[in-house]
Amino acid sequence: MRAGAAKKKAAKTSSGSAVQLPIVCDADTLRSLVRKKAVRVVDVRKADDYKQEHIPTAVSLPLARVLENDTPEKIVGIMEELGISDKTPVVIYDDTFGALAARVAWTFQYVGHINTALLEMTFRQWKELGLETEKQARTFPKARHLLNVNRNIYADASYVENVKSQPGKLLVDSRERLNFLTEHIPGAKNIPYTMVGSNGSILRKADELKRFIENRGITSNAEIITYCGSVGTLSGLTYYALKLAGFQNVRLYPKSFKEWKALGKPKEEFKDAAYWDLSAE
Amino acid sequence: MKKSRVATANPRQKGVSVPKPNPKWGREEETEVFAKKVKLFRQGKIPEDDFRRFRLQHGAYGSRLHMDYSMVRIKVPGGEMTPDQIEKIASLSEAFSIGSAHVSTRQNIQLHWVQLEDVSEVMRGLVETGLTTREACGNTIRNVMCSHFAGVCPNEAFDATPYSMAIARFFLRNPMCQNLPRKFKINFACCDQHGLVRVADIGLVPATKEENGATVRGFKIYLGGGLGAASFIGHLLEDFTPEGRVLATCMATVRLFDRHGNRENMARNRMRYLVHEMGWEKFQKMALKERSIVEMTTSYFTAQLFDVKSQEDTRQLPKAPRMAKLPMLNDQVTKESPAYERWLHTNVVPQKQEGYFTAFITLGAGDITASQLRVLASAIRDYSAEAVARNTPQQNFAVRYVRGTELRDFYEKLGSAGLANPGALTIASAVGCSGTTSCNLAITNSHRLAKEVQRKFLELGLDTDDSLRDATIKVSGCPNSCGQHEIATVGFFGGATRMNNSMVPTYTMLFGGSAGEQGELGKAAMRVPAKRVIDTVLRVIELYRQQRSESETLHQWVVSVTKGRGAGGIKNLEDMKAALAQVIQLPAQEQDPDAYRDYGSDSGFSAKTARGECAA
Repeated sequence: MRAGAAKKKAAKTSSGSAVQLPIVCDADTLRSLVRKKAVRVVDVRKADDYKQEHIPTAVSLPLARVLENDTPEKIVGIMEELGISDKTPVVIYDDTFGALAARVAWTFQYVGHINTALLEMTFRQWKELGLETEKQARTFPKARHLLNVNRNIYADASYVENVKSQPGKLLVDSRERLNFLTEHIPGAKNIPYTMVGSNGSILRKADELKRFIENRGITSNAEIITYCGSVGTLSGLTYYALKLAGFQNVRLYPKSFKEWKALGKPKEEFKDAAYWDLSAE
Repeated sequence: MKKSRVATANPRQKGVSVPKPNPKWGREEETEVFAKKVKLFRQGKIPEDDFRRFRLQHGAYGSRLHMDYSMVRIKVPGGEMTPDQIEKIASLSEAFSIGSAHVSTRQNIQLHWVQLEDVSEVMRGLVETGLTTREACGNTIRNVMCSHFAGVCPNEAFDATPYSMAIARFFLRNPMCQNLPRKFKINFACCDQHGLVRVADIGLVPATKEENGATVRGFKIYLGGGLGAASFIGHLLEDFTPEGRVLATCMATVRLFDRHGNRENMARNRMRYLVHEMGWEKFQKMALKERSIVEMTTSYFTAQLFDVKSQEDTRQLPKAPRMAKLPMLNDQVTKESPAYERWLHTNVVPQKQEGYFTAFITLGAGDITASQLRVLASAIRDYSAEAVARNTPQQNFAVRYVRGTELRDFYEKLGSAGLANPGALTIASAVGCSGTTSCNLAITNSHRLAKEVQRKFLELGLDTDDSLRDATIKVSGCPNSCGQHEIATVGFFGGATRMNNSMVPTYTMLFGGSAGEQGELGKAAMRVPAKRVIDTVLRVIELYRQQRSESETLHQWVVSVTKGRGAGGIKNLEDMKAALAQVIQLPAQEQDPDAYRDYGSDSGFSAKTARGECAA
């Protein structure tokens, strides 16, 4: 577990008002916020998994529900229903190496909920550490939340299409290496989602992530647009990895390569090697 | 003199309490230098040729027709790997490669399709567990091989492992071999059977000699062998080289090659060409003379850097419960035998240490996924008393010091990850280089073909036929011999041939090669379309079954035919070719377009290659 860095950033305000969370929230910080009833924990696993057991006080919001309600208005409606007001600190977790949590966290931030964090570990790891869980489903009184769409973290197909003519902007594909080699959006660089996590943590340490990106010759003032295969989960995680590495301008293309292909946009392919035959499956 | 590693007093325990120490082959500063050089290269501040040489010296080989990616070759001296190293490779393959690792034919582990910018990160991770990629490619001394049976082989004079490790350490980063005319390979055997000593620049077989009533350790040293577009079998330098002269002999050979090797013609600059062109007798004289000079001029300090003692494994291993033979009901198995019995028969052999066995992990052309690597690491910790494994030139893993009483548990554990396939020590364990999956030089997908051969042979149960057991099938994707096709009973190397007005992926088929101290090179016979290779080998087996004389194995039969001494209707290679003429025929392309394609491709075949990097 890597508590240190994240914890230091989670400085509490002296007046007793809500805590501003870091990008990644460690387990100790979350447990203390839960005890103080000063956080809304959001479980984005399937509803059945939530019913089995979850982190104390967590509410259930399966990723599928977020994807089905694909407008900022509906998302804010859901947040209000879960008792999330503008100031409520939110910590999100999943059991899919952080990718689903990241997609939901990005959605919250997109509609204007700034104080959103990812739990540093998956639910399985939480359990393995023997941390507390509960079975009881939670509901909270409906809250009020403003709609304040943050267009600066969003990209659509036409935005992505214009990247190549704009120096200082860069497209990052989060899929695994062989998928990327097979086909990708022209000009994209590959940072597979498998690179950004490590054992016991959904994201590596900030300095490590920073080094990976510096190795690629990408400067910190670049604007980066992330995408992946279909709904922006893997690239959601990469989005937060880049934020953690200190990049200010990061956008997610949530409809990703699936939409790009459906729109018949150009692709870069590599067919000169039988690399799939290296797979040991 | 011989010290047994098996302690008699220790109570039986699971695993050993002391893991092997970190071997510290790698150096962290090299990873930082590498990252810096990549940046400078990308900024256009280093010429491409200089960068390529640097990159290769640090074990990163360019990938097939796409220089943004590297194949990272991890040097594993003697193939010996700790569970920590195996787990680290699992993580690195997931983070920076394609989620699987690959055992090469020279005991390296390769990670493919690593982005050039991430190579330094892979190196950094490897250094943590003591591994290195340094001098895994380039014009230098490559990974020093050692038989995976060394230390447990019933026929060995003594354990060659510490000698091989000491040689590897002596030459790693040694200024004398940083810029040789070409790559240089050193292989240690355990006995006359196991080890690739006749097909290396220097091959060493442990031997002992009685002198004045004392047993002296030494080696039979072979020089100037090697596989490639033109292959040669190594020559015996002298009857016996005492251990005290091993370092000087190796140094002298490297120095001769450095001075006299051809630096002009990249295609003919391996040492075997020098030996061939100069003539063995002349080279032999020069080598012996050079050795005297080396012995007279090597400083005490330098000679101390070759430290065999420090490489000995001094851990005391517990004694295993007695068990003379494999715990099987029957000596023979069939396709219908219980899976465990079949695995025991085709993957497990007894060691010279009573009660201990060496078990092999059957991989497909050396492929193993990250999750399988983790299960393997855990199985080694739980069941190998020496708590390490060795990867083998047959692209499998050998897990040694498994107690006979625990073989079944070990098998079950491997099975949970798909690692308990049978056939590792049989004809079914086909070898294949990486071919068009990643190599610039490859013409055909030898990697996939080797896997298809294995799949088909296991399906047919050919691994259970003991008369086929000593035969081998090895496949290379081009005439260069990474797949070691010339030391196979039936070997193949890839090419392209025009047939019925179309380009077709084909393999040149060779017969009668073998490894070991009496190793011979196979003889090329005919070209076979890629999609006819499996049927052709099956037809060879059918012919063997019809023609063999009593108790003759497939390998023996093929060798007889190759030498024109076949009994029955197939006396020589000409007869063999005639008997196979039918099976290699292709139907018209319209009838069977797939027969004209390579494995792993659903479009028409065309041979594409780019500059190789085997020579820096």
